[in-house]
Amino acid sequence: MLLREVEYARPATVEEAITLLSEHDGARALAGGQTLVNVMKARAASPDVLVDLADLTELRTISFSADQSALEIGAMVTNTMVISSSEVEVARPILAEVAATIADVQIRNRGTVGGNVCVNDPTNHYPPLLAALGATFTIRSTSGERTASAEEFFVGVYVTAVSEGELLTKISVPTRKPGTGDAMAGITLGAHGTYVASAVATVSSEGVRVALGCVSSVPVRAMVMEERLAGGDLSEAAVRAAAEGLAASLDPPSDVHANAEYRGHLAEVSAVRAVLQAAERAKG
Amino acid sequence: MEINGTSYERDVPASLLLVHFLRDDLDLTGTHVGCDTGSCGACTVQLGDEAIKSCCMLAVQADGASITTVEGLASDEGELTPLQQSFHEYHALQCGYCTPGMLMSATALLEKNPRPSEHEVKVALQGNICRCTGYWNIIEAVVAVGEKGTR
Ligand SMILES: Cc1cc2nc3c(=O)[nH]c(=O)nc-3n(C[C@H](O)[C@H](O)[C@H](O)COP(=O)(O)OP(=O)(O)OC[C@H]3O[C@@H](n4cnc5c(N)ncnc54)[C@H](O)[C@@H]3O)c2cc1C
Ligand code: FES
Ligand code: FES
Repeated sequence: MLLREVEYARPATVEEAITLLSEHDGARALAGGQTLVNVMKARAASPDVLVDLADLTELRTISFSADQSALEIGAMVTNTMVISSSEVEVARPILAEVAATIADVQIRNRGTVGGNVCVNDPTNHYPPLLAALGATFTIRSTSGERTASAEEFFVGVYVTAVSEGELLTKISVPTRKPGTGDAMAGITLGAHGTYVASAVATVSSEGVRVALGCVSSVPVRAMVMEERLAGGDLSEAAVRAAAEGLAASLDPPSDVHANAEYRGHLAEVSAVRAVLQAAERAKG
Repeated sequence: MEINGTSYERDVPASLLLVHFLRDDLDLTGTHVGCDTGSCGACTVQLGDEAIKSCCMLAVQADGASITTVEGLASDEGELTPLQQSFHEYHALQCGYCTPGMLMSATALLEKNPRPSEHEVKVALQGNICRCTGYWNIIEAVVAVGEKGTR
């Protein structure tokens, strides 16, 4: 497939990248290209300038925040790096577990965490995961740096808090405290395929958080279910009871894989499974 | 960029996909185009030591990188790699359309993990679709290379 003509730059520093992005209308960051290149083939996006982030090594690191309370994942960290990171293994292993189920080896080798969340395709793995884990997103522009919560970051399909001329630089994920359990459950097309419905749960002494994917343009927190589970009874009967009415409270899209009603049902089932597995893991 | 050990310097439009650069500009037609959407793996090449899909990458993104295509596997004298020999012995191809991609994914796997289990081979080849063989012979061929290496 021939792409529309485009200019290309590969800046060496984040400052340079931001300058390029803010100087040109129609400039777009290029991360792993696993979505953007395909979107350009389909002419669904036709940027004039591609600002390749490949050489920004400072965005390719996984480290801990100064007070050790958060794992800081650079936007250009690939799925393959997440899977093999010893920091992730120690501090929040669910990230590696989920990364290993995204698409296939080749796409995991190129695709980045930053690209995945900036696309915010409702079927993507990271948006509900990072919403459930309470991640924070750091965004840089010529005027400085700001942070956004998951609720603020995910705005719509292909739309996030990152606006023109800005760059997502890192994602901070709270490190797992003892007694915390995380799990992702869902229905995929094929073993490691795209999600039709997904749910991520995290269970800790602070309570239960549940985020759903695929049911809206942004991850949806199952607040009522979370509140009902605040008492701490996470038996199967209690979790099922807490999830009751969840499907009916959603307004999910219909497509060839599932109509709205069925997708809502799958989301409810996924939420129950995720909470039960997270509760099991929280026991250690 | 370096391809199969040879340095190439070319001026290309930024819109050119790596797979087209390899096939049309360098005449390395072993790398195939199947789906052109990142789904089938026929276009798989190695970027450094990693398998990647060359239909999902621009040629300019590979500027300065080292690429290996299926043409880079066998020696100049035509001696096959143990993996290629194993594909031959286990009848791991029928029409051959998927084969270059399968070989490149499996080569990257074997470099990291010289004795992969059947499960590890399946995971490594998940991004490669074959319409002919039913996969079984391909998986056996890759596992067999690992087993031979230990004999
Ligand atoms: C066949 C196939 C199947 C897939 N299946 C799944 C799946 O099941 N689940 C899943 O989660 N993903 C899936 N993906 C998507 C994959 O994970 C992508 O790699 C990912 O969504 C995009 O990451 P990228 O690094 O390739 O980003 P790119 O394609 O390079 O960029 C995507 C978008 O994000 C913007 N962007 C990227 N980085 C930044 C940044 N730092 N700051 C600001 N903007 C930025 C770009 O401008 C662009 O608009 C699939 C992809 C393919 C091709
Ligand atoms: S042609 Fe590249 S994955 Fe199918
Ligand atoms: S041998 Fe024909 S597609 Fe694999």
